[in-house]
Amino acid sequence: MKIGYFPGCSLESTAVEYDRSVRAVAAKVGVELIELPDWNCCGASSAHAVDPVLAVALPARDLMIAEAMGLDIAVPCAACFLRLMEAQKHLKEDPSLKKEIEETLGKKYKGTAKVYHPLTVFSQPAVKKKIKGAVVNKLKELKVVCYYGCYLVRPPETTHFDDPENPVVMDELMALTGAEVLDWAWKVDCCGAGHTLLRPEWVERLVGEIVEGARKAGAQGIVAACPLCQANLETRQKGKNMMPIFYFTELLGLAMGLKKEAEGWWKKHLISPRIIYNQAREPR
Amino acid sequence: MKKKDSDFMRRVAEEVPEVNRCYQCLTCTLGCPLVFAMDLKPHEILKYVQLGDKEKVLKASTCWICASCETCATRCPNEIPIVKLMDLLRQEAVAEGVVTEQGPKVNDAFLAAIRNLGRVHELSLIIDLKRRTGGLFKIDPDEIRLGIGMFRHGKLKLLPIKIKETKTIKNLFSRLEKQK
Repeated sequence: MKIGYFPGCSLESTAVEYDRSVRAVAAKVGVELIELPDWNCCGASSAHAVDPVLAVALPARDLMIAEAMGLDIAVPCAACFLRLMEAQKHLKEDPSLKKEIEETLGKKYKGTAKVYHPLTVFSQPAVKKKIKGAVVNKLKELKVVCYYGCYLVRPPETTHFDDPENPVVMDELMALTGAEVLDWAWKVDCCGAGHTLLRPEWVERLVGEIVEGARKAGAQGIVAACPLCQANLETRQKGKNMMPIFYFTELLGLAMGLKKEAEGWWKKHLISPRIIYNQAREPR
Repeated sequence: MKKKDSDFMRRVAEEVPEVNRCYQCLTCTLGCPLVFAMDLKPHEILKYVQLGDKEKVLKASTCWICASCETCATRCPNEIPIVKLMDLLRQEAVAEGVVTEQGPKVNDAFLAAIRNLGRVHELSLIIDLKRRTGGLFKIDPDEIRLGIGMFRHGKLKLLPIKIKETKTIKNLFSRLEKQK
């Protein structure tokens, strides 16, 4: 299975361990990721706040690159994922906007490239079967909760991802690792997103509530699927016993025996995933 | 206010006609994660928009505190696209020059980065944003500790990546600016 890959800006820097673990897991289960050549930033939360045309035009260029290659696109950042999905929706529904953007970018838009989050790619029955077969290191003593945040599930009429109030796609994937996946009520709460730049105190408050919720559920760690969610949960967490925040691909990779690679991923974490270290070194 | 109130109401009617469906059930406000920081709550904004009180809604902090998390719009029983309304308020507030919050500076810094490089280089973005908000030389020990931690864990890429087709991106920005 071949699919275009749009890493997004965060995966080049603060979320480099997410990029590496997505690529490693994909390679392990036979999903060939082909990075879109010369991709540009999706515009994130700023483009749509400033100019509705820009908010569609920036992702449109990326969609056109994938189209030209005849590929669908896997987008690991939840914000990029939503921006690409949103652009696709507007290009489909608004012919005059589509025309304007085609003229500005000097390329035709056909709408043939489908956009997926890696959670969806790895949840395809055939891929899931491969993951199941590849698990060699069951994370038996690990208790986690899955955190989806906002942009995978909302707005549901754009993302078509899973149940917007109680998604389970990630929970089901994590169950394959052998970890105990707990239910909790903060799955789709907001982490405060970009406010981390200028109003960290707001983000600390939201993150505090989410982490407390995970703790009450009995979790030892939170699993995320978005670079900004992960960064906020990790960098804006306060207190003594801080909870490690994993990318779902890191736990998948570890369970599939990518221990050496995982050592490199853990080094990128500001909150040390000690519990995982034990599991990685001496699987019981 | 530079533009007529009727122009504002026309834009609302064109882009977010659903606003008139609001019957003040408060679902938006109850689910809003950032409501604690807002002067006007989301349901109040909707009411004032219905009443055409442009000055009140544009001067409110609400649209700059909104994180666009889409919880309100997803749960709204009348399917009002509240985040789309917030975007419209942000654009109108900037056009009227009545913004007191720092929100527009974040957007300016972000878009300037995309315009120059085609991608956002996180380290440069943070420095540019500190510069724009006058915080470049303010020493916040927590933030400095965090910055050092991120650097030590190799989470800050030092050099930016520039895409090849920056010309296309620049053209896009200047074309949109001309239209305004």
